[in-house]
Amino acid sequence: MVSNMVKWLGALVVTRVQEMGRMLLFVLSAFAWLARPPFRFSHMLKQLHFIGYKSTFVVVLTAGFTGMVLALQGYYSLRKFGAEGMLGAAVALTMIRELGPVLAALMVTARAGSAMTAEVGIMRITEQIDALDTMAINPIQYLIAPKLVAGLIGVPLLVAIFDVVGIYGGYVAGVDLLGGDAGSYWNSIESAVEWKDIYGGILKSISFGLIITWICSYKGYHTRQSAEGLGTATTEAVVLSSVVILMWDYFLTSVLL
Amino acid sequence: MTSMIKLIGIEKKLGGQPVLQGVDLSIPVGKLTTIIGGSGSGKSVLLKHMIGLLQPDRGEVWIGDVEISRLSGTKLNDVRRRFAMLFQGAALFDSLSVFENVAFPLREKLRMKGPEVTRRVEEKLAQVELAGMGHKFPAELSGGMRKRAGLARALVMEPEIILFDEPTTGLDPLMAKSIHDLIVAMQRRFGFTAVMVSHEIPEIFAISDWVAMLRNGKIAAMAPADEFQQIADPDIQEFISVGGTVVLPGSHVR
Ligand SMILES: Nc1ncnc2c1ncn2[C@@H]1O[C@H](COP(=O)(O)OP(=O)(O)OP(=O)(O)O)[C@@H](O)[C@H]1O
Ligand SMILES: [Mg+2]
Repeated sequence: MVSNMVKWLGALVVTRVQEMGRMLLFVLSAFAWLARPPFRFSHMLKQLHFIGYKSTFVVVLTAGFTGMVLALQGYYSLRKFGAEGMLGAAVALTMIRELGPVLAALMVTARAGSAMTAEVGIMRITEQIDALDTMAINPIQYLIAPKLVAGLIGVPLLVAIFDVVGIYGGYVAGVDLLGGDAGSYWNSIESAVEWKDIYGGILKSISFGLIITWICSYKGYHTRQSAEGLGTATTEAVVLSSVVILMWDYFLTSVLL
Repeated sequence: MTSMIKLIGIEKKLGGQPVLQGVDLSIPVGKLTTIIGGSGSGKSVLLKHMIGLLQPDRGEVWIGDVEISRLSGTKLNDVRRRFAMLFQGAALFDSLSVFENVAFPLREKLRMKGPEVTRRVEEKLAQVELAGMGHKFPAELSGGMRKRAGLARALVMEPEIILFDEPTTGLDPLMAKSIHDLIVAMQRRFGFTAVMVSHEIPEIFAISDWVAMLRNGKIAAMAPADEFQQIADPDIQEFISVGGTVVLPGSHVR
């Protein structure tokens, strides 16, 4: 009984470690292939359009409401200490350091990441990836590498948009709606936000861009041969990518602080 | 006969099930060899071993004088450059138009550019009776049209070896005949080594040079096409006579 449990646990650990090894090889080979010709800039731009531009709307929407609710909550708390003047700083720091990168990354995972898994997964199931192989074209170089680059560039840009829109949303709720002071909103941001806050946010968003495209394209690439397999792959990709984003965020924050 | 492809003792399990259980097969150079066998007998799996998409659990795969079953990377790609393959499901790229699909191997594999690409692609599309369909996307085509677009993509490169996985399944009898004629004409003209998986019995006996039958994970028989029908084995006779007599011409044993 106990030995069975140990066996089962051992097998579980072994398969997990193997899977992690495969994932690492996958991303390393993608970067290795990136350094070799042919360079397919048009593919990269197409992916950037897909990950970045097409996520703009949902990112702006989430950012606006997040900034507004932050201002509402912040105003309520700060007023208890008579510190309403610090509202701008509170909203901006939370946005730039934390919510901008994390929420934008989660939105991109839901919108672009899941679609990426489905796209690559369908290519796997319908043997389009095998067809690339038979034509002596490396599918990782052709399909995956442009997605990774697009994630590394696109997510930080989306996060920048998220931050700006979020801070403006905070202004709308805190100043226009609640009647806070406009001057002190902007002044407190200017005096409280430091360069290291911004660097930290950029570092986070670059690493999230990698996590999303890496996990989502890996899950699609290894989709099992059935319609069910495609559903499973998409779900796993979104869940795993979201969880890893939150865990990595905690780790980075504790290191950066 | 000199062989282009030689399989020795190929064994392969997939999903825990033994599919190939010791396949020995020699594909003669410059001939059309057809592989027949029941649905699910492992014909597609066998073709994928020939081009290194699947690796055998045991056994050897020789392409000319290169053993490919343990190759990977650039070495395997060097061998694959000698091949083209038509997949059973056509495997067209969804994101590319039919024209771009057929042009793809020319551009990406042979690094060709300009009007020569257009000329060759349009010639091939006309030969598979898809002239003027180049701008359509795979999702807008019928199954048979997709098959023919895949065929055009395989033929356009004029390689040394072409693998055809059921080139005529899903086509009407007239179209099936014209595709068979096209494959034979191209094969005679360019002299490539052709391996075809097909259910078109008895038509394949008229067009193939050699016929091999896969059964129970092994090659049950291989013979020149005109002699194959005379093989006395009752199982083989049953398999090929059902296709020839009971089933209407143009449909296939399933
Ligand atoms: N990737 C795979 N994973 C698991 N099993 C597989 C896989 N590919 C094929 N098989 C199994 O191998 C066996 C042979 O499949 P294959 O596709 O080669 O048959 P086939 O002879 O081409 O049949 P058909 O004439 O219907 O195309 C089947 O039982 C199939 O379920
Ligand atoms: Mg098949």
